[in-house]
Amino acid sequence: MIEIRSLSVELGAFTLHNICLNINRSEYFIVLGPTGAGKTVLLESIAGVQPIKTGQIWLEGEDITGMKPEERKVSIVYQDYMLFPHYSVRNNILFGLKMRGYNPQDMAISLSKVVQLLSIEQLLSRKPNTLSGGEKQKVALARAIVTNPEVLLLDEPLGALDPQTRENVGQEILKLHEELGITVLHVTHDFEEAITMGDRIAVIGEGEIKQIGTTTDIFRKPNSEFVARFTMTGNIFSGLAMKERHGKTAFNLNGTKLIADTNLEGPCHASIRPEDILISSDTIANDGDNHFMGVITRFVNKGAIINVTVNLPPPVTCLLTRRTFEEMRLSIGQQVHLTFSPSSLHLF
Amino acid sequence: MNRILRIVRYIVSNKLTFTFFLLGLVIFFFIVVPLGKMLISSAEEPALFWTTVLDREVAAAIWLTLYTALIATIVGFIFGIPLAYFLARHEFFGKKLVEGLINVPIVIPHTAAGIALLFVFGRSFAVGRAFGSIGISFVDSTAGIVIAMLFVSVPFLIDSAKEGFKKVDVRLERVARTLGASPWQVFTHISFPLAKQSIVAGNIMMWARGISEFGAVIILAYHPMTAPILLFQRFEAFGLDHARPIAAILIIVSVLIFVILRMLVSRR
Repeated sequence: MIEIRSLSVELGAFTLHNICLNINRSEYFIVLGPTGAGKTVLLESIAGVQPIKTGQIWLEGEDITGMKPEERKVSIVYQDYMLFPHYSVRNNILFGLKMRGYNPQDMAISLSKVVQLLSIEQLLSRKPNTLSGGEKQKVALARAIVTNPEVLLLDEPLGALDPQTRENVGQEILKLHEELGITVLHVTHDFEEAITMGDRIAVIGEGEIKQIGTTTDIFRKPNSEFVARFTMTGNIFSGLAMKERHGKTAFNLNGTKLIADTNLEGPCHASIRPEDILISSDTIANDGDNHFMGVITRFVNKGAIINVTVNLPPPVTCLLTRRTFEEMRLSIGQQVHLTFSPSSLHLF
Repeated sequence: MNRILRIVRYIVSNKLTFTFFLLGLVIFFFIVVPLGKMLISSAEEPALFWTTVLDREVAAAIWLTLYTALIATIVGFIFGIPLAYFLARHEFFGKKLVEGLINVPIVIPHTAAGIALLFVFGRSFAVGRAFGSIGISFVDSTAGIVIAMLFVSVPFLIDSAKEGFKKVDVRLERVARTLGASPWQVFTHISFPLAKQSIVAGNIMMWARGISEFGAVIILAYHPMTAPILLFQRFEAFGLDHARPIAAILIIVSVLIFVILRMLVSRR
């Protein structure tokens, strides 16, 4: 559907280099990366409003690299909506149809369809400055899809919204994607947003793609320290991996031996997600792999979740629900037992 | 009354505000007193004032000033707005220099500007000769007044329009392009309407500056006489008493136009 071949963009001191992506038709594809990673530049390059240095962009088997933005069937929605402030909501939505020369009858049909889809009938005569953030984003979405684009580019569409509105607008976007079957390329710096909305994720950093995979791949098997840190893996260690026994690898971390279900050998990184570690005040019965004792050094209160840091050494972060935390009555300096499955330990 | 007392109490209670208020008052009166004094002293001699109002030469000079300044503004609009948009949207080597050069007419003595214009548009120079061959002369002519006014006042329009275009988020234009608008449509439907306030303000400033221009105009076109030149001529030939009513009329006309246009713009 969209194929990006070795795309490079130079923008002052910033460079986006050698971006290669294949996005399937009707896929919800996420580009995840920190601020300044080049996410918006990537979207704008696909939309044709950002000149590229080298590379090609193909859409539905057609090379659109040299095509003008108005000729590509690609719409963009920005984080801060970019509604035309001098037009009413109705005229904002109709803008694309007018520019593309639709007749009044077709315009009325298309308008009615999108306003019903997004439930914004009551906003039509209002000016953008009288709308709430969520309403603005719905209008921006309506304006973007009314021209029936083949690809919808979303630049941090939930970034400027409060948590409640984020949830609602997020659901609206997923509904649009499902009902219209439109291909969506959504960029965000929010890992949870990426995991909950995307079919596949590309992690981007320092102007290049670091990893592409399904949400599970990115979540469970980060391929670099950058991806592991960005996807909030939490526990990332450097050490030496050696073959242990059939199908198992021992990861030596300054004398502490962690067992993993892989065949990797040599110096590498290991990561384990905090939620995969079981913590107990009493001895835990298991087959002996990855069973450790340590001392609690820190609690971080995150509301429903408590992060507990246990020094084995090294320090390892585990997660507890608030209810479990209160029931266990843990305290700083207390000795606890930790265990995790070898399949949870990811070596890279 | 209570509100005024509250404001006075606030000003007096804050030392910084009080100091700035006093200093500001000095410059405010510096501007207002001479203008007011001249209007009042003109009103003290109503006969002379009305004779001047009804003087055909005065009326012709004021009309000439208004419409030549308007033509200069229209020409400035046609050529200045594209330049303002270009400068607002593009970065290039030497941009600061170009921006500086555009503002040179504001900072140089306007008589010097008139001399500079003569060197291009005078009868003995290439451009002047080229226009002369099609019957347009810039010396002692309406066309000369227009280019003198244009030269000294167009930087006000360019600067104001440029700032207006800069305030239009470039992403609005990008969204419009992806929605199907061509660059021309983006300019006419998005960029220009959103920068309109600054463009209109720039046009008013340019027109007002053109009306008041004396130095460059007198070098290029002593005749036909614009109002500032007629005022100077009357002052030289007949003294203060005969110049004062023309000055009063000019101030009244200029202030009226300025206020009306400002009101129209702010109402939008």
